[in-house]
Amino acid sequence: MTSSLLLSATTFIYGLAGFIYVFAWVFRKTSSGRLATWVAIVGWAANTAGMAFRWVESYQMGFGHAPLSNLYESLIFFAWTIIVIYLYIEWRYGNRVIGAFSAPLAFLAMAYASLSPNISDKIQPLIPALKSNWLIAHVITCFIGYGAFAVACGVSAMYLLKSGRDAEEGGLIGRFPPTPVLDELTHQLVMFGFLFLSAGIITGAVWANSAWGRYWGWDPKETWSLITWFIYAALLHARMMRGWRGRRIAYLNLMGFAAVLFTYFGVNLLPGLHSYQSMQ
Amino acid sequence: MSVQTTSNGFLDAIWKLLASIRLTIVLLLSLAATSIIGTLIPQNSEPAAYVAAFGETVFRFFSVLGLFDMYHSWWFQILIVLLAANIIVCSADRISLQRNLLFVRKPRFQAGRFQNLPNRVEFEDERPAEVLRGLYESYLSRKARAVQADADDAGFSLFGETGRWTRFGVYTVHLSVVLLLIGGLIGSIFGFDGFATVPEGETVQQVTLRNSGERLRLPFAIRCDDFEVSFYETGAPKEFRSSLTLLEDGRPVAQKDIIVNDPLRYQGISIFQSSYGSLPAREAVLSFTSRSTGMVYTKDMKIGAEIAIPENLGTFVLTDIRHNAQFRGHPVGDAFIGRLTPPGGSPEEVVLPMRFPTFDRMRRGDVVIAVDQFKERHYTGLQVNKDPGVDVVYIGFILMIVGCYVTFFRSHQQVCIQASRRGSVTRVTVCGTANKNKAAMERRIQRLSAALKQLK
Repeated sequence: MTSSLLLSATTFIYGLAGFIYVFAWVFRKTSSGRLATWVAIVGWAANTAGMAFRWVESYQMGFGHAPLSNLYESLIFFAWTIIVIYLYIEWRYGNRVIGAFSAPLAFLAMAYASLSPNISDKIQPLIPALKSNWLIAHVITCFIGYGAFAVACGVSAMYLLKSGRDAEEGGLIGRFPPTPVLDELTHQLVMFGFLFLSAGIITGAVWANSAWGRYWGWDPKETWSLITWFIYAALLHARMMRGWRGRRIAYLNLMGFAAVLFTYFGVNLLPGLHSYQSMQ
Repeated sequence: MSVQTTSNGFLDAIWKLLASIRLTIVLLLSLAATSIIGTLIPQNSEPAAYVAAFGETVFRFFSVLGLFDMYHSWWFQILIVLLAANIIVCSADRISLQRNLLFVRKPRFQAGRFQNLPNRVEFEDERPAEVLRGLYESYLSRKARAVQADADDAGFSLFGETGRWTRFGVYTVHLSVVLLLIGGLIGSIFGFDGFATVPEGETVQQVTLRNSGERLRLPFAIRCDDFEVSFYETGAPKEFRSSLTLLEDGRPVAQKDIIVNDPLRYQGISIFQSSYGSLPAREAVLSFTSRSTGMVYTKDMKIGAEIAIPENLGTFVLTDIRHNAQFRGHPVGDAFIGRLTPPGGSPEEVVLPMRFPTFDRMRRGDVVIAVDQFKERHYTGLQVNKDPGVDVVYIGFILMIVGCYVTFFRSHQQVCIQASRRGSVTRVTVCGTANKNKAAMERRIQRLSAALKQLK
């Protein structure tokens, strides 16, 4: 299968890109930084092609559907959005140190998808509840949001490392962007992620209403996505209306991303409608 | 007098509390924290299951706190009502504070407000100020609204703005949250959430409500004409399809094949494919064995049909299907029930369990009746809902997405172009301000000044 080959390659290339980003940051090599960017772009192209081939292959198997239907496929799309969002930031801010905190996240998502024994990489036909165009809208919006939150989490981690050491020139931390830039970037990413999280919850609600006749049922996945939404809503209000900056926002942001991770992975351990995600 | 003052003071304090962002943050984080409970304790299970899991004491304690249906518990509802009040009061408070900013048709600009802005670009142009003024004013009129031109001794000041309306973005988001809550309330008051199981070929008019278990009569009857389930080669289900006909006074008024994700909607009531199962069909092939001659007679029989058994062994009527039937106190599973009337004798009930074809031998009658074959038929499980609040909720959804986009990514921007003649050149300063995303404003000022330099 071409797609599995491409996606295995993607895992490896993202790992390599992450390694080169870290190398360029630690040894202050601009040329390796540029190389890291190109490796990330190649990885992203392989990721895109892998998803496209998987889509085609599902049609060849006789039950074609977009490759956004189970945990494996969502992780691959998650890695894809992380890299897109990171590359955009690199282009906008011209700083590659953030790559050392973003590309490894994409690698982890891909590696988890490929290596976890609990995740099947088989292309499976859609069960009746998943046969809806809202599925595609729901998964895409959710994972664009999650991708933005993942990168924001990396940026907040950088903020916390650098906070209070702005005066330091050189050194590993000194090569981070200045803290106000990191703080502002976190804010931008959270706003972007929040917009897509809202859209993701909403498309999920519309889909649930067409499949089960209720737009909200307090099942654990729905509830956890709402918990995530509450945390980021609190963060945005604290920052925009109460003038919170810096460490407090960074900690709230890490809390928000922890909720994202639980919504994504933890909820499968709890009973509910979304448990089909863990089906083999 | 004093009473009134205190009550005013009290109301003021309440208003102040509800208008505080600190309360918003506390409420949002409290809702996040408490919502976790309901995802850890399974909701709305049987009390016995909870007692088994937690023990009697903890069960009582959790019951009092409503933790087994916590999203409908009094304290969770209070948190939500407080959040709604907080949103409404905050918005009202801020709208009234900002009314001079929000509801202005023709804003007046003052040069002083732009004097010390950090975002500024300065350049020189050789053309006289009057020439530039004409060029700039027509350019700015195309790019911005509410353009204002002030002349002074040495030159002029031009002002313009865009996106004052974006200040309503945040109120749109707040309105959307209130609409979601109102829509939810409408649904819970005027709607219902029920289910019905309809065997193929049969009609039901009542549904069972999920929250109370009560029966509700629909304004129409639902007939299931057919149910089909198909599977993939892997064995996973591919499609559940029910052909439904809705009947009013026995007349068909709507017909549709419903599948999961494609319900039938009629008169504000929606019917969703939810589950299915199988039932024995209401006909069977029965065999009658004469004890004296050993002859076997086979008959196709439907419920209600009566036959005369050959050899003058009497008459037999297939009367019913009984689920979980009992025979002399023992459960025998699903069974056909018949009535055998021997010649000259009195009728007796015959139980014919589907799982035990030779069961009737034990009766030791003159004729042994057995179920040779029976067909299965499906029943479809339907979710039957009415939720008149959905439209309000969907309007809330749209407003939330639009409002979030506007609030986060669009801003109210004002620019000021000042020009004054200094000797043989005109000195031009471009500066601007925005209510958010100052970095974007900086780029905008640079683009604007670059465009102004090019104007001819």
